Amino acid sequence: MTDISIIDYNAGNLFSIKSACEKVGLNAIITGNPEVIINSKAAILPGVGAFGEAMINLKSNQLDKVIVDFISQEKPMLGICLGMQLLFDKSDEFGSSSGLGIIRGTVNKFDFKESELKKQIPHTGWNTIRADEKDWSKSILSMNNQNDFMYFVHSYYCTPEDKRNILSMTNYGGIDFCSAISYKNVFATQFHPEKSGEKGLNIYKEFRNLIS
Amino acid sequence: MSYFRVIPRLDIKGSSLVKGIHLEGLRVLGSPELFAEQYYLEGADELIYQDVVASLYGINSLEKIITKTAKNIFIPLTVGGGIRNEDDINRVLRAGADKVAINTAFINEPSFINKASKMFGSSTIVASIEVIRSKDGRYLAYTDNGREYTGKDLVEWVCEVQDRGAGEIILTSIDNEGTGEGYDLNLIEKIVKGVEIPLIVHGGAGVLEDIINAAKFTNVRGVSFSSITHYSLLKKYEFSKNQNIIDGNTEFLSYKKEFKNFKNVSINDIKKSLSLNNIPVRN
Repeated sequence: MTDISIIDYNAGNLFSIKSACEKVGLNAIITGNPEVIINSKAAILPGVGAFGEAMINLKSNQLDKVIVDFISQEKPMLGICLGMQLLFDKSDEFGSSSGLGIIRGTVNKFDFKESELKKQIPHTGWNTIRADEKDWSKSILSMNNQNDFMYFVHSYYCTPEDKRNILSMTNYGGIDFCSAISYKNVFATQFHPEKSGEKGLNIYKEFRNLIS
Repeated sequence: MSYFRVIPRLDIKGSSLVKGIHLEGLRVLGSPELFAEQYYLEGADELIYQDVVASLYGINSLEKIITKTAKNIFIPLTVGGGIRNEDDINRVLRAGADKVAINTAFINEPSFINKASKMFGSSTIVASIEVIRSKDGRYLAYTDNGREYTGKDLVEWVCEVQDRGAGEIILTSIDNEGTGEGYDLNLIEKIVKGVEIPLIVHGGAGVLEDIINAAKFTNVRGVSFSSITHYSLLKKYEFSKNQNIIDGNTEFLSYKKEFKNFKNVSINDIKKSLSLNNIPVRN
């Protein structure tokens, strides 16, 4: 059985995610095949680009249902970047688009008032994460420390309804946003752990440890 | 808070890491993957791969090097050299790059900047600008590693690339490149006020002080450099010994020559020095 399926729905470069999985000893496959995904021990929902288009791509391959089924089997799932945002109810990107609705909450755009800050979108580069309500032990961040640096590229961020699910917060341009979350067997990061050096690889190691 | 980025640039010819002066006279230093991995482990924030002869080799050989590198390096990788169209961008990204740096194709067809940033996202598209100072003191943009004069005035071109949607600018001073005489601070001063997207400067770092001087400009968000750290890595690990180098001028490797313009400096030295000068860096 495949350890881990990296869900392929035409949303960007998945090479680094696969490399990170392999680096920590996981047998990973990039696939859009529902059968392969549902039969693997864990899955990663990646993604870069536009929310609405990503949902259309997922739905056209019935992958939205596959993801919901997979999660209901209580197997570990990791959402990354847009893959985190897709887990929420809806995004305010171009009016409004519905997400997978697995985690209650919305996805909002960085709204900097001063026009001079406009060019700061997307939030691109290294930034720190800090714990919020949840303790990091027994989470994908258990090997990490407060204020570890992670690598971000995004214009939207998630606002979960239940703050108790928040694993980490990050501040950008004066806005505090949720940069990692966990809910039951679902974990998600707004940053790219596969681009965040050895600190990021720690997250892949912890995710590997969840796989039985 | 925004953190200052420390970015080794690896010039690539065929399958080898090379280094020249003023982007010419290339010497082989070793295998790019080995240098890249060492820089990654030492705490580089990003890496730049620049294929300096892409027009001769095409991007096939570059794709292989990118893939080999991306398997072991978990920081952003920007790749430039010979990228001409959307298809090239796609191939380089699929091979494992995170961003592409483009000079010649943008100058030849400025609307390609709009197209590329729309298609791949502006954060993926880096405008590479290479300049030579003319006798009358003006800075002019060149293509093809400083061989072709484009007629573009630097300041106007900088405004244009950011208006068209580039996510970042890498500015190279060809006059200072490879010399170790420091970044061209006049050049930086000339454009820094009009730049609203992240500006990375390249060309001339020889000692730590050069990096600090460039980093003191508020809008300079990172420095890129090669010789200052390449030669020290070469000395430290004697990489060349076990490498199978086939193309290029390898004579330099057997000399074990040192350059008076370059101090032996590591990524860690650079970051420490930036911190001491109150420039926040990732640690």
